[in-house]
Amino acid sequence: MNKTLPARLKSATLAMLAAGMLAGCASSGNPKDPVEGFNRAMFAFNEGLDSVIVKPVATGYEAVLPSPIRTGVTNFFGNIDDLFIGVNNLLQGKIPEAFGDLGRVVINTTIGLLGVLDIATDAGLEKHDEDFGQTFGRWGVGNGAYVVIPVFGPRTVRDTVGLVLDVQADPVANHRPKGDRDIALVLRLVNDRANLLAADKVVEEAALDKYSYVRDAYLQRRRNLIHDGNPPREPEASLDTDRSLSADAGSDELRAELPSTAGAVLAVRTESVDTK
Amino acid sequence: MKYLLALFSGLLIAATPMAQDASAPDVLIKTVTNEVLDIVRKDKDIQSGNTRKAIELVEAKVLPHFNFMRMTQLSLARDWRQASAAQQKVLADEFRHLLVRTYSKALTEYKNQTIAFKPFVLKAGETDVRVRTEIKQSGAGKNIELDYYLEKAGSGWKVYDIEVGGISLVTNYRESFAAEVRNGGIDGLIKSLQAKNKTGEATSVKK
Repeated sequence: MNKTLPARLKSATLAMLAAGMLAGCASSGNPKDPVEGFNRAMFAFNEGLDSVIVKPVATGYEAVLPSPIRTGVTNFFGNIDDLFIGVNNLLQGKIPEAFGDLGRVVINTTIGLLGVLDIATDAGLEKHDEDFGQTFGRWGVGNGAYVVIPVFGPRTVRDTVGLVLDVQADPVANHRPKGDRDIALVLRLVNDRANLLAADKVVEEAALDKYSYVRDAYLQRRRNLIHDGNPPREPEASLDTDRSLSADAGSDELRAELPSTAGAVLAVRTESVDTK
Repeated sequence: MKYLLALFSGLLIAATPMAQDASAPDVLIKTVTNEVLDIVRKDKDIQSGNTRKAIELVEAKVLPHFNFMRMTQLSLARDWRQASAAQQKVLADEFRHLLVRTYSKALTEYKNQTIAFKPFVLKAGETDVRVRTEIKQSGAGKNIELDYYLEKAGSGWKVYDIEVGGISLVTNYRESFAAEVRNGGIDGLIKSLQAKNKTGEATSVKK
């Protein structure tokens, strides 16, 4: 009980990672998802947690607060993220982007009233999306297996390691006093979940099997993010019928490809919910 | 002065073919997007979640520009060949229902986002292109990329895949379709799609 919230999350994450690796012996056939049984159980657990606590709170939050206020909350936490995004851009060698992130923080923190208004986007400084998992991917680290982590949701082994660092570096999680920090963490979680409610309905409508829909969306999304929106088109998705039909070659290639991973509109936001 | 002139003529060259060729893929996407969003912006029923009405809109305005046979084939990948012609038709039909409902649902969640169209140049002889757009959220936040993949069909173009934030609609079904076929064959997949569409219809009628 005297452990801090981030520390508890961290040890939980590590424990789960270890458990995931042990469970790795029980394979299910999909090379990207070798611990599917374990993952499905965790996914069900997360869905349960979400439907009982997080989603109802987020729904209430969305109903009570007018949209400009919720946007202000999103921008406030987004501004804090920008600092951390800038550091990751720097680590990836993307210097102009890193300066853009720094410019965003300066503008939004001052003219944008501590980040509540996102003036920088209107001024043409684009918001980026980076984290340590993406940085590792950029450096050539492969995905490793897909794992569903309790509370945090879809990840890969690489992104789980990234997540541990994300939490370490998170200014909100490091904020003191702890009372304020916990309020901020909960507010951010609820606000992020509320931003997801619309996407959630679409996923419910679309998915034949929600587990694999979210998994494949996460993997596609991460792959896209690592390549900053320009991943090479997967060979399987080729227009050429014959090539796309000899899909075995395609998936082998996919497996061999190092920085290829991951999330859906859902996973995207789930991610920003929990990553930082 | 010289610089300005060069810039201006450059713009003209870039703009002319787009402005004139109504059958160009980017013009098609732009026209349809604007038309559909105009209707949604004015329609209070759709905004308040009337899925049925959104479906009608999608069927009338969007559907004609999609090649569902192609989309279904790409989603099934190598399993497509296992399916008989009749099964292929049923699959494409059911998949179309599923995608239309999903897309309509997304439309009912539309708030005040605007769509930005990125520059597009059609190279001579190209028959397979990607038209890139971006959803700009009201208030701010990160934009969401929304890309359309089109292939030439006769004199016009048909969409065969959509990518939202890098998530391909077609690819995202591939693993779950393959799993269904592994477990219950092509007929098993058809059954699952039909069951999914039935529950979807039931909930949209309730609305």
